[in-house]
Amino acid sequence: MEQKIRFKLNNKKTELVTDPNQTLVWVLRNHFGLTGTKYGCGTGFCGACTVLIDNESVRSCMVPVSDVAGKSVVTIEGLAKRGKLHPVQQAFVDHDALQCGYCTPGMILTAVALLKKNPSPTRKEITEGLEDNLCRCGTHIRIFDAVEQASRVMKGGK
Amino acid sequence: MKKIKDVIKKESPEKGSSGMKRRSFVKILGGGIFIFFQPWSAFDLLGLPAEQARSLTKDYNAFLHIAEDGTISCFTGKIEMGQGVITSLAQMMADELNVPFERVKMVMGDTDLCPYDAGTWGSQTTQTFGPAMRAAAAEARAVLTDLASARLGVPASQLEVKDGIITDSKNPKNTVTYEQLAQGKKLEKYLDVKPTVEDYTKFTYMGTPYKRVDSVEKATGQAKYTGDLKLPGMVFARILRPPSHGAKMTSVDVSGAEKIEGVKVVRDGDFIAVISENKDKVDEAIVKINAEYSFNEMNVNDRTVYDWMVKAQSRSNVVRTGGDIEEGRRISSKVFESEYHDPYVAHAAIETHTALAVLEGDKMNVWAATQSPFGLQDAIVRELGMTREKVRVRTPYVGGGFGGKAAYQQGVEAAKLARLTGKPVMVVWSREEEFFYDTFHTANVIRVNSGTDKSGKITFWDYHVWFAGTRGAEVVYDVPNFKTTSYSENRSVFAVHPFGTGPWRAPNNNSNTFAREVQIDIMASAAGIDPLEFRLNNLKDEKMIACLKSVADKFGYVSGKTPSGRGIGIACGHDAGTWVAEITEVKVDKSTGKVQVVRIACSQDMGLCVNPEGALIQMEGCITMALGYTFSEEMHFEGGNILDRNFDSYSIPKFSWVPEIDCVILDRKNMPPKGGGEPAIIAVGAAVCNAIHDATGARLYRTPMTPERVMEALKKV
Repeated sequence: MEQKIRFKLNNKKTELVTDPNQTLVWVLRNHFGLTGTKYGCGTGFCGACTVLIDNESVRSCMVPVSDVAGKSVVTIEGLAKRGKLHPVQQAFVDHDALQCGYCTPGMILTAVALLKKNPSPTRKEITEGLEDNLCRCGTHIRIFDAVEQASRVMKGGK
Repeated sequence: MKKIKDVIKKESPEKGSSGMKRRSFVKILGGGIFIFFQPWSAFDLLGLPAEQARSLTKDYNAFLHIAEDGTISCFTGKIEMGQGVITSLAQMMADELNVPFERVKMVMGDTDLCPYDAGTWGSQTTQTFGPAMRAAAAEARAVLTDLASARLGVPASQLEVKDGIITDSKNPKNTVTYEQLAQGKKLEKYLDVKPTVEDYTKFTYMGTPYKRVDSVEKATGQAKYTGDLKLPGMVFARILRPPSHGAKMTSVDVSGAEKIEGVKVVRDGDFIAVISENKDKVDEAIVKINAEYSFNEMNVNDRTVYDWMVKAQSRSNVVRTGGDIEEGRRISSKVFESEYHDPYVAHAAIETHTALAVLEGDKMNVWAATQSPFGLQDAIVRELGMTREKVRVRTPYVGGGFGGKAAYQQGVEAAKLARLTGKPVMVVWSREEEFFYDTFHTANVIRVNSGTDKSGKITFWDYHVWFAGTRGAEVVYDVPNFKTTSYSENRSVFAVHPFGTGPWRAPNNNSNTFAREVQIDIMASAAGIDPLEFRLNNLKDEKMIACLKSVADKFGYVSGKTPSGRGIGIACGHDAGTWVAEITEVKVDKSTGKVQVVRIACSQDMGLCVNPEGALIQMEGCITMALGYTFSEEMHFEGGNILDRNFDSYSIPKFSWVPEIDCVILDRKNMPPKGGGEPAIIAVGAAVCNAIHDATGARLYRTPMTPERVMEALKKV
């Protein structure tokens, strides 16, 4: 029972014919080759597979691909514009806010969604926003700094 | 003494230890200058058994390549799993070769291209491999200078090297670059070098903070991990797993899985897998297989394991002894007896064990998330009856290891399935499989009997450690009468662990440091002496003293007898050649037992610090990761049945747990570099335990210090 599903992927219209029950994470990785979206736990606990769906951060391992019909999906690969890193990506690089890098795409996209809703988060609000994204290497304190830098830059400051 | 053998014309070894023919190796990489070297110090210091060291002593392996386009590649069997050696090794190389840092490329963890390496663990990359690599790079520079001397027609002593350009000091226009020297060459040099420590004043890159070289790739999703690879015709596989360790399959019905469109069942005896090009389909199919098992469970669980361990038939070994324990007891004014418990702990890297394998002709090509590509190569050779030259393992970026990816079962599984199916097969362990087959940090029991005299000097130290090994079990303090006894598993008599165990970041040093430093705190408190002062009074180890003093300074430590109500705790120790001391401040909610770490200061003596930025990141990472074993991480089980199989019940550190972290790296540029990936993790548990006591008077004797256990301890105050 394959179905045609149309949606926007990284700002480009796209469609595919597939089993609508396939999870978004594997469709992105396997069909579109967007492997920046990582598999971590398969049950929404870790956040490694986070993507943006209509600007909200969502765990793509919990979403059947049919759910994104008519919506806009942004993955880590769609964040940089014209070769320029998104301010959140740049802040992660500037602060060395990563080690193994496996949780990084999910962290960055969660932070992007957070800053969209709340451009000036306090440290407590950053904590709440990122709390359920797991990082095993322990780069948390650098991620705080990175998100704060991105917040300043996105508001036009430095 | 350095010895260089120039064997350009001599017959070079036919095969590398990886089994690849040297000639084909040169063919893959094209022309240029090759420097082959032998990592003497790594071999010596790791003390590898002969079998593991393989042909290391007889053979030379490709190590350094200066390509015709001037690219400098360093080939190493080490792997990058977040610890940052991809940056620090390039720094060392750039310094010794006098080339811009950006020109150095690291090629890591490829068994066909890289020199044999036992594995990336034990914080060994920088301290043992690094100096050998630097020596080879320095020799490479000498070779290049000789070539330049011939080309420019001036003596080598008249030449200067900067940024990969060799210049005649008497005629600055007379220059030649490394790439010009490499062009049209197929030059092989073989070194036999004992590394020496270079003069730190000459370093350009080493000792200077460098940002990670892999961060843009990782922040844009371009970095390739094993699971990100795709080959034409590739299928995903899920393998049928027993419900618990030790269960034996008695019957199986695979028809439910076979009915799913696009899924094939693959079977070789009890090894049963489902494959499909669609990952969701294999996840769906694997649960449709009905299998029956017989159980022969060990009668042990996470609560009874400590008693079980002490009573188990184990091997006992007196590791060190001095003075006379009984004499120590006799002169003591106070004696202390404590028993410490520490549970099984999971590695829980966010990337699960993953491998891709394909049989091409008679060659098995494998890509795997592993800390031990050569170990995996050997395992495939053994289990599939292949020869070494027919198995190539490559290691893309590894999404966290912490010791857990020293095990490589998934790579063998992928290779088996590639042979059974004739297709490229991707095995991605589910989180549940990851928890089930993890090689856990082993649970352990430590009993310490110790004493002090009236002046607060430690009189004796009788230390018994069950199943935590001896890493970090040193006495550390200056004690006249001491004995350390280690009890370890004697598998031929009795298997203690119902499942796999293995190294976990600073293997077991966390446990030993916890027991020692809590015991020290107990004695200090009983003596009515400030815990920092008590330590300094009982130490002769200059490095430990320096670390304690500098961390006290960083923290702004004000002395006081415990419990002071302030919630401040101290602990120290050493690991991987590095000395570390930590002071923390905690807040304890006495109504819930919840503990929040407010801040931690950490001081570290790690010898020459190659990349202060990278070392700092490792210290912060260690401290943050340590909060897990300190507060929550404990594997629950009944016999061979693992009860925690995902992050819902097994909780690892989160943003809200993270304290303010202040680190100091002592300036030791004139000393050899030591390990940095593990030491700062060892003392956090004890420092927090001591801080809880300082805050409340409650004493815990085990990790993790969950709210329930804190409440229980509070009741006894």
